[in-house]
Amino acid sequence: MAEQKIMLGNEAIARGAYEAGVKVSSAYPGTPSTEISENLVQYDEIYAEWAPNVNVASDPLYTMSYIGVKGGMVLVVADDPGMYSSQNEQDTRMIGRASMIPVVEPSDSQEAKDYFKYAFDLSEKYDTPIILRTTTRLAHSQGMVTLEERVEPVDVPYERDIAKHVMMPAMAIKRHLVVEKRLNDMAADAADMPINRVEMGDKKLGFITCGIAYQYVKEVFPEASVLKIGLVNPLPKKLIEDFAAKVDRLIVFEELEPVIEEQVKSWGIKCEGKELFTRQGEYSANMLREKVLKQDLGIEPAEQVPARPPILCPGCPHRSVYSVLNKLKIHAAGDIGCYTLGAVAPLSVIDTTICMGSSISSLHGMEKAKGKDYIKNWVAVIGDSTFLHTGVNSLMNMVYNKSTGTVIILDNSTTGMTGHQDHAATGKTLKGEATYAIDIYNLVKAMGIDHVYEINAFDLPELEKTIKEEVASDEVSVIITKSPCVLLKGQVFPDKCVPMPEKCKKCGACLRPGCPALTKNADGTISIDANMCNGCGLCMQLCKFDAIKKEAK
Amino acid sequence: MATTNIMIVGVGGQGTLLTSRILGRLASSEGYEVKISEVHGMSQRGGSVVTYVRYGEKVAEPIVEEGQADVLIAFEKLEALRYLHFVKKDGVVIVNDTRMDPITVVTGQATYPEGIIDTLKERRKTLVVDASEIAGKIGSPRSFNVVVLGAAAKHMSFKKEAWLKTVESTVPPKTVAKNLEAFEAGYALED
Repeated sequence: MAEQKIMLGNEAIARGAYEAGVKVSSAYPGTPSTEISENLVQYDEIYAEWAPNVNVASDPLYTMSYIGVKGGMVLVVADDPGMYSSQNEQDTRMIGRASMIPVVEPSDSQEAKDYFKYAFDLSEKYDTPIILRTTTRLAHSQGMVTLEERVEPVDVPYERDIAKHVMMPAMAIKRHLVVEKRLNDMAADAADMPINRVEMGDKKLGFITCGIAYQYVKEVFPEASVLKIGLVNPLPKKLIEDFAAKVDRLIVFEELEPVIEEQVKSWGIKCEGKELFTRQGEYSANMLREKVLKQDLGIEPAEQVPARPPILCPGCPHRSVYSVLNKLKIHAAGDIGCYTLGAVAPLSVIDTTICMGSSISSLHGMEKAKGKDYIKNWVAVIGDSTFLHTGVNSLMNMVYNKSTGTVIILDNSTTGMTGHQDHAATGKTLKGEATYAIDIYNLVKAMGIDHVYEINAFDLPELEKTIKEEVASDEVSVIITKSPCVLLKGQVFPDKCVPMPEKCKKCGACLRPGCPALTKNADGTISIDANMCNGCGLCMQLCKFDAIKKEAK
Repeated sequence: MATTNIMIVGVGGQGTLLTSRILGRLASSEGYEVKISEVHGMSQRGGSVVTYVRYGEKVAEPIVEEGQADVLIAFEKLEALRYLHFVKKDGVVIVNDTRMDPITVVTGQATYPEGIIDTLKERRKTLVVDASEIAGKIGSPRSFNVVVLGAAAKHMSFKKEAWLKTVESTVPPKTVAKNLEAFEAGYALED
């Protein structure tokens, strides 16, 4: 019997890539897709690397559909309904429509693997990139997967073909026609594709659904008729028309945007969709029970309990830098990483977060709109990994267009939030090979910036002095605060912090940065949890009364 | 058999992910279809974490919804209260009697509720486990989650031997002896 294994959706996608004969993979670590690349590493047959991702590369995306591919190309995009860790609820099915790229969407781990392989076949057959769209729930759920052997790819010889590969207007105009025909052909063929599946049951009620939403339909309506769509762009029109004609009541059940519903309605087919269900967040089986079955589920209201948002770890170098910014009442244009957590109390330093690299551009734009004096109490903060991903372009733009802002690069020697991936300045590739480590200091210097500083993230006096000077100056300046992520192997402070209540004046200065290892006692003194404390000494530095000491761990 | 719905909740870093994987592996080795849903990324940084494990003949959705959990395993008592409404009226709560203040309490924006254990007991069948103390006595404070799992094990249909085998094959090799001891200690607790 074929080997079976419980696999995360992302792990199954990696396995699918292996079995499909993929040779090259490129991705940036980002929840909820990170584990795909991390799992690709185990397959020696695949070259896999960290590099900027599809959203950043949307410029080539719109033209890749014109050029097409020889040999197969699948773009995996993981959407995040419910926004567990994203900045928006992008529905990539719409990007597929806009860029005229076909989109395939699986519903569980087994399908994640199988559909990836199928997408690869489609890509070769129709000479187009294919988007495999997943969502957080699928990416981070585990289910049984049957493993198969790898199919070794046949090398497709390169042929010079400027009519197809050089997209200047005369060529692109002709290619646009090819793209349109390709989508029409696929739509016509879609009725026979196994990834579009009719499960005929009780004809009183029929569902058209895709992705994880299919599982909720099966949970509540195991007897209903279901058209499960695997190719969500272009839609299998004929299949949908036939299915709609067979059922009395037709409901489209799709998370986020009404991508299927609007098209189905545009064909004159009567169906229900967003009249019943929201465009926001994740769907559920209970949603179907309430909206379709009109059941009163009698669910007790949730207890009103204190929120427990994620926080920076004890010993995190970001907390130290933020304690200085907070003290100086400086606003920060923020970026994407653990350090985004500096937006909320008690640090309350970050004012804006948009996307990777946005911190530096936001500061630049603010200066141009409001003048250089307006940003004298502003900085941009960005992590080392994010800086190398997209921040570096924005910094060049600041220099070129004569900005005067101050950029703080929070260099913790890793990509922290997604679980410690390497990047261009760590000296290691995704495959674990040694490589040249880009020196951020010299890179910044080479842009012509004179005011560049490297400061230990826990050196509070030096940080305070430098930040004060640089925000006041009329030149671009970069402050690189250095201290490895406290969760990195090898990053060990030798001591731990211990309070001395007899010296404590109960001023609360140590508590202000919100280290989770510290708690306030009933009498106003503090306790430090010896298991949680990493011994960074930030609280000790903030105490004016020497009421915290260090002891060997 | 009907699908069994288990929720494991706690604070990021307490081992909810590992525990859900132990349980998933066990159910799978016993021949059930298993689906597990996890939380990765930002929420793990000391935030409230929830994982779902569902097993049975055939499992469709990977999550456990409000009012559907047969067993709620909570590594921290405020988290047990947060997810209490997910538990069936005749479901059971296994709660580690430990308090961890969220940042909202530390900074004074909110107050840690009093009498959580009493509230849990009033509303659902609840087993309170002093897992930290038990794990401390064994000399392996970090195995507190396996103590809780041991206490929860009796409320699921698997044989004890199968549990021990799965714990043995899932935890890091160096920690096998202590974790088996932790499991036994939890399993021995009276309801």
